[in-house]
Amino acid sequence: MAVEAAPRGLRVTPRKLAKYPPLVLICIGFLGLVLFAAAFADLVAPKPYTAQDLLNRLKPPSFLGGPAQYLFGTDELGRDVLSRLLYGIRVSVLVAILGTVIGAVVGTFLGFVAAHVRGIVEETIMMMVDVQAAVPFLIIALAVLAFFGNSLTLFIIIMGINGWENYARLTRGMVLSASTHGYAVAVRSLGAKPLRIYGRHILPNIASALIVQFTLNFPSTILLETSLSFLGLGIQPPLTSLGQMLGAGRNHLILAWWIAVVPGVTIFLTTLSISIVGDWLRDRLDPTLRGR
Amino acid sequence: MNLRFVCIKLLRALVTALIVLTFVFVVLRLSGDPIESLVGDEAPPDVIEYYRAKYGLDRPIHEQYVLYFQGIARGDMGISFKDQRDALEVVLERVPNTLQLGLVSFAFSLLFGIPLGILAALNRNTALDRFTMGFAVFGYSIPNFFLGIILILGFAMWLRVLPSSGSGSLLHMIMPVITLGTAGAGSLARFARSSMLEVLNKSYMRAATAKGVPRLRRIAWHALPNAAIPIVTIIGFRLGDLIAGSVVTETVFAWPGVGRLLVTSVGSRDLAVVQAILTLVAFTMVIANLLVDFIYGWVDPRIRVSSTLEKD
Repeated sequence: MAVEAAPRGLRVTPRKLAKYPPLVLICIGFLGLVLFAAAFADLVAPKPYTAQDLLNRLKPPSFLGGPAQYLFGTDELGRDVLSRLLYGIRVSVLVAILGTVIGAVVGTFLGFVAAHVRGIVEETIMMMVDVQAAVPFLIIALAVLAFFGNSLTLFIIIMGINGWENYARLTRGMVLSASTHGYAVAVRSLGAKPLRIYGRHILPNIASALIVQFTLNFPSTILLETSLSFLGLGIQPPLTSLGQMLGAGRNHLILAWWIAVVPGVTIFLTTLSISIVGDWLRDRLDPTLRGR
Repeated sequence: MNLRFVCIKLLRALVTALIVLTFVFVVLRLSGDPIESLVGDEAPPDVIEYYRAKYGLDRPIHEQYVLYFQGIARGDMGISFKDQRDALEVVLERVPNTLQLGLVSFAFSLLFGIPLGILAALNRNTALDRFTMGFAVFGYSIPNFFLGIILILGFAMWLRVLPSSGSGSLLHMIMPVITLGTAGAGSLARFARSSMLEVLNKSYMRAATAKGVPRLRRIAWHALPNAAIPIVTIIGFRLGDLIAGSVVTETVFAWPGVGRLLVTSVGSRDLAVVQAILTLVAFTMVIANLLVDFIYGWVDPRIRVSSTLEKD
């Protein structure tokens, strides 16, 4: 064994790289790009996303013969599609991350509560889970938006409500089975309080399944946000999001298809990449599912 | 099918419907005084009082709750303020269009997805298998609104062979059906493949081979009935996706159905219509889930015997 060896986890060896299929690497790369765009949209964007250039309206992308300064062309007000795309990615990713995190935290918490308290509380929580699973959430979201009107805060809360039931169900089941395992019984007999058992011992043990659930839920949150924004009932102007760009671009399909297609391709590639990476992650974390 | 199984499932369905309707009631009452949006801010107090009394809004909240359920039982969900007609009537006249589109899309995803998945499982690791998995991932990754727009660009604007929106002829249905059915076909194909693969590895399949049962009979008699059980469940889940998908698809293709009505009603805050649609969707889903439970119990005798109480 060589003395100068770097810590094992940090070294990139060919063998280690081979564990990552090329497709997965490409997808991770694309997701990195999306996250980079979301984080640094204001630094990377060539123009402010609301800046209008009325002499250059509906110009095609520069690689299709449009003006050189507009890589992905311009929209009906002469705004740079690339800059709007970057800001749209920022809003969509931010809303999706916030929504998924809220759903994960609330759902996991309620799952723990259900497993700990049992009785009527558990029945109530599981009943809510059943109800939420029974009615398509897009319909509920639309109804809430109709009754309360639209605001960004409400919109993010709605995103959070989407999917909490998956975490609640998963957490409850896993906590119930983990509580009977030797390690949980052991720390309990040592006198540990429930909060300590759940937080320090059971949570780390069930975390990998929750992470997989997170990767499954994230694309559906993105799709919910983009669907609602596409319908004109989500993110409102002057803010922009990928779905909203697509919805607005729908009115100019004949003259300027790129306004709709550029954000559409971005949404598609993002959800596709997350699905592929998520599947791969699930296979790695849960070998019993391999090959399905 | 034993009575106990049926009763428990019925009770669950009833409670689910009750919770959804209660949710609608609470949200409706929380969202503000419906009379103000009906008559406007400057209406004289006696007019407001008149309408409050007329709609029972001056009564205590628990009486309103009972009134609300009585209204639903009578099919009275209020008046659409957009065209002053009965809200349920406005919704119901759109239902045939949505059903037409939904059923055809559903049939498309079943007839395309399930055979594809089964064939992929039978020909594992061939080009067909890889195509199926690729199609499945494509199907559930592409947002249906984007798929719709791509189809419009390709078939309506570039090739000019299909109408881009509206309804009325078979040609009008092609693109909406593909848009609505692709996601379902993809997930069904994937699911049918995995459940078929699981069954093919079972020991009774090996026993059948050893016994000398011909391949076709082995697949049709031994594998398919067992693989069908999980597929039936996933078909039940598909309905919810179909309803949500029809909202978007009908909007993209200007299809005059309930989904598009919901979007326009939410936009104009026509609450009575939104409430009627929500109630209708809730009942549809509850009844559909109930049917799936019964079919499930019928296909798989183990379910109705063992897990009558809890799913886990």
